[in-house]
Amino acid sequence: MTPQTQAHAVLPKWTAAIPAILLLVIGGFFAWGLTRDPAELPSTMIDREMPDFALTRLTPEREALTKQDLLGKVSLVNVFGSWCSSCILEHPQLEAIAESREVALYGVDWRDPPGAGAAWLARYGDPYLKTGVDGDSRFAIDLGVTGAPETFLVDRDGRIRFKQVGPITPALWADTLLPLIRKLEAEPR
Amino acid sequence: MKFIVIVLMFAGVPAVAQTQLSSISAEVEQAAREVGKSLRCVVCQNQSIEESNAPLAADMRRLVRERMATGESRDQVLAYMTDRYGNFVRMQPPLQFDTMLLWFGPLIFLLAAAVGWVAYLRPGAKANVSLAPLTEAEAAELARRLESGGSA
Repeated sequence: MTPQTQAHAVLPKWTAAIPAILLLVIGGFFAWGLTRDPAELPSTMIDREMPDFALTRLTPEREALTKQDLLGKVSLVNVFGSWCSSCILEHPQLEAIAESREVALYGVDWRDPPGAGAAWLARYGDPYLKTGVDGDSRFAIDLGVTGAPETFLVDRDGRIRFKQVGPITPALWADTLLPLIRKLEAEPR
Repeated sequence: MKFIVIVLMFAGVPAVAQTQLSSISAEVEQAAREVGKSLRCVVCQNQSIEESNAPLAADMRRLVRERMATGESRDQVLAYMTDRYGNFVRMQPPLQFDTMLLWFGPLIFLLAAAVGWVAYLRPGAKANVSLAPLTEAEAAELARRLESGGSA
């Protein structure tokens, strides 16, 4: 029967666990937050309609991509630039996608001076059905683009359904994009 | 002479990144600059678009100026950019439901600390050892042990 000191009576025993619980909670947030790539922003454009856009021609002879081109079929809109090194990395995959004829592939030549995009496509090959030039980022900002390459999967009604930041890899194409394209094509009209 | 050279070295460094849009008034430019300072450059992330030299930031600056020149308010321009890039694009996150913890977290911690501190300092909360008086049996036991040399 040892008499207890009064100090223990002030706070219930379980309160001793509060600092440890707080540490776990805050540590949990940090563990989650600090291991994510801060350059990857969540897109606000998913399931929203493709904004209207006015692009200029790649060369005077070639028509520029318009929003009309995207309607009525599932399409893939790839934002690239002649200054973008990851785009060179992605390029063989885009050629393979064009060859597969699974989806209509369109290009947005972003922030290129006149002629630069055309020269780049002449050098590496042109996988796009149609391309337009977005010289002053107007369309890119409208799309929430932060860097090239970025690719938007657009459904028949012109709504953006998927966005890829960074190059399309063969794995992404096979495991994500192609199944999604087939699913979108199977959607009732 | 040395001094002049040093001054000239810095003369070329712009205080804010430059934008080539000369057709707007000084007031619009001033307002656009304020808006630009509250928008994050999405390429470099820790600079506002006013400070950043990234090409995309330059295009954003021009877009902000164009929109403000057509009479859009600060809030409208911020709303447009937030619509496209999410809250991330704002240097200062907006006060809304999912940012409550962010805004009031420090205050909550401060209050919790204050509550704990008050509880700790409250009269009677300290380890004031107020022992119950010994019962007769306990007193006898104590006396016995003290006598036996304290080898309890």
